Amino acid sequence: MRWPFSYPLALVIALLALVPVGVLMSLANGDATFFDQHNLKVLTNTLWLMLFTALGSIAIGVPLALMTAYAQLPYRRLWLIVLAAPLALPSYIGAFTLYAAFGPGGEIDQLLGVTPPRVYGLAGASLVMTLYTYPFVLLTTRAALVGLDGNLVNAARTLGMSLMASIWRVVLPRVVTGMAAGALLAAMYALSDFGTPAMMGLDTFTRVIYVEYNAFGLSQAAMLSLQLLCVVALVLFLESRVRGTKESPGRLLRLWPKPWQSALMLLASLPVFLLSIVLPLAIFVLWLVRDGTGDFNFSYAWNSTYASLLAALVAVILAVPVAHAALSGKAGRLMERVTFLGFGVPGIVMGTALVYMGLQLPFLYQTLALLIIAYVLRFLPLAVGSVRTSVESLDPRMLQAARLLGASPKEAFCRITLPLTMRGIIAGAALVFLESMRELPATLLLGPTGFETLATYLWRVYEAGYFGRAAVPGLLLVFMSGLGLALMLVGERGSDFDIKE
Amino acid sequence: MLKVRNLSVHYGDTCVVRDLNLALGDDEILMLVGPTGCGKSTILQALAGLIPISSGEMELGSWQASVHRHVAPEKRSVGMVFQDFALFPHLTVQENIAFRLSDNSLADHWIELLGLNALRESKPSQLSGGQKQRVALARTLAHEPSFILLDEPLSSLDAALKDTLRWDIRKALKKAGVPAIWVTHDQEEALSVGDRVGVLKNGVIEQLDTPERCFSEPASRFVAGFLGEASFLPGHISGNQVITSLGSVPGIAIHCDDSQVDLLVRPDDFSLCATSDGNGLIAWSRYEGGTRLYAVNLDDGPQVSVRVIHENAIAVGARVQIDIITTHPLAAFPRQPACVC
Repeated sequence: MRWPFSYPLALVIALLALVPVGVLMSLANGDATFFDQHNLKVLTNTLWLMLFTALGSIAIGVPLALMTAYAQLPYRRLWLIVLAAPLALPSYIGAFTLYAAFGPGGEIDQLLGVTPPRVYGLAGASLVMTLYTYPFVLLTTRAALVGLDGNLVNAARTLGMSLMASIWRVVLPRVVTGMAAGALLAAMYALSDFGTPAMMGLDTFTRVIYVEYNAFGLSQAAMLSLQLLCVVALVLFLESRVRGTKESPGRLLRLWPKPWQSALMLLASLPVFLLSIVLPLAIFVLWLVRDGTGDFNFSYAWNSTYASLLAALVAVILAVPVAHAALSGKAGRLMERVTFLGFGVPGIVMGTALVYMGLQLPFLYQTLALLIIAYVLRFLPLAVGSVRTSVESLDPRMLQAARLLGASPKEAFCRITLPLTMRGIIAGAALVFLESMRELPATLLLGPTGFETLATYLWRVYEAGYFGRAAVPGLLLVFMSGLGLALMLVGERGSDFDIKE
Repeated sequence: MLKVRNLSVHYGDTCVVRDLNLALGDDEILMLVGPTGCGKSTILQALAGLIPISSGEMELGSWQASVHRHVAPEKRSVGMVFQDFALFPHLTVQENIAFRLSDNSLADHWIELLGLNALRESKPSQLSGGQKQRVALARTLAHEPSFILLDEPLSSLDAALKDTLRWDIRKALKKAGVPAIWVTHDQEEALSVGDRVGVLKNGVIEQLDTPERCFSEPASRFVAGFLGEASFLPGHISGNQVITSLGSVPGIAIHCDDSQVDLLVRPDDFSLCATSDGNGLIAWSRYEGGTRLYAVNLDDGPQVSVRVIHENAIAVGARVQIDIITTHPLAAFPRQPACVC
């Protein structure tokens, strides 16, 4: 049997995706300590942060999922968008602003004269993580809730069970897998995020790796990276085991809260929105008014855009053969899976691996190309997923028709599949672009000397303590995130699966 | 005694149920029947307290609900049997039926009575449609509701099963001795199992009466047509006799202020025999097993439907003699221009 034409290309890309792990392996062989007292502390910090994030995101996400799925509120769709919005913001924005706003001498203290407790350390990092990852639980749980037959709750209620008890005993047991999937995504985010624990001064793997890197302990950083990857693998394994049972679909449960009940529910969800969206915006605007633009140079924004555009372009070019291979056969699916590795590799780990690679290959060292490679390896799965979904939704009979008219597989792909999947390709490119714009750790490690982006400039401002200068880059990053959210919503409107009903 | 007064339900600006009035006896079964979208399921949901109402009130024994005094579904002592059964997929048959019972004897009673003994430990996904419906019924009855709502309980089952299950449900309801409202779109089901029938159209009850009266003295042409095949024969009424082209028959005027009427004749109110002269022509015939249904074009009148036993086989196009043989009075409606059914 002939291999589909995309296989060799996909294979090369898959092997490239394996490079960082291989690099780390060889690097960690050196004089690194395998595991010591300090490592144990780092591991426990990381695990606590993951646990608190998972629990916190369930505590916030599940009630909100119930509310947005079942309650017949006015402007239901708006609330869903507003409540899912924190997902679009990078959590370091939240960490930065909450750190600056709370505590003695913080903005709230200066402005209002009341001194709220400091947001710092494990508690602070858990709070920030929860605020920006609960939408994972909200969305996965809501999707599961919407798939349930609402008559089961009606049946329980007509059998004499109160609404709350019915939800507890009849609804929640059936969406446990949805909740678990969301909580694992949240935990995964907490595990691989660099900015938040770093700004909150919590020694997790990502922060310690950065410290080691700065202290020229590259092999120690690699060792820690490998340990971090082991935890990542564990979470991914758990995630793959979470499988929901399919239920026969039925009528969606509808609850009609009285106006005061609706108001109360929305009021109860307000603090989440205030802390995660309004506060960062307010703080940045405050700084902009008070301190102006500072020494912000618009070349930083240009650098971000330029690098991200390149990454997006390369990612979609590579995504097309990978997506094609994934749909062509078993071996191709395996190659696609391998490229997904990059998504699980935290940015700081990717940075460490590629820095070392750069040291070995002088023509790459300190070049923009290396940074682009890091972006592409990390965010390629976004492009592949987007392209593949749009290819999958194509009617295979169209390809068959093209083949029957005498087109080769390659010609059919180029003339039928490609034009029809343009939308998915553009969406994939946009996702990669936006993610790259916000990427912090790999950019910190790999950006050529003097190459500041919005994210790295924000980091320098944090390190230097001149918080007021964060106004412009902060607002620009929020704006980019809003753009990403809008894009997701527009894309969703055109697709078959809709988060609405 | 279940009482409903002036109940209305709106979805947004659309009125789905308008001014419904009902009173149900102690073990009475009321069938609500009507075409799709007439508001029958909405009535059940409103009675169960699952959706808010926009006006009216309802009461049963200990509770009374109105627009401003909503009574939660769990406080109404209502049992509901759902179209898709709504069994809890994570619980066994036994656990489903004894869902909120502290004492299993009632569950056992209904498990026994509905023949579910062998299925106690099965999960709902392992059951057939008919079994699921029995479990749903047993679950409802075991919780001893004060009234029962059945939302098209047989519509997702196949025809052979419907017939027996229909009677099983009626027997069980009578045994439990509670009032029940049973919603269906199947007129045969409505006429055969209910003590009374309510015919709904666009959220309004057109007629609420015994099955016999609904069928033979329908309150409107819509009810007449919905409950069974109906032919309308023009004539004029004088006293309690209606004179038609097929002779003079006893009739009851329904909302008539004029002597010009259309007489409602059911297919089995006619006799039919093939003859060379006669008064009509067979337009089409439909074999039904035990019976045959013919459409006959009358020489001086409209087309009518006639049902006769299967032995009476007549070819399409043959001439026939058709007569009204019924002795009970037929319903007469005000004259309408031909065929606006």
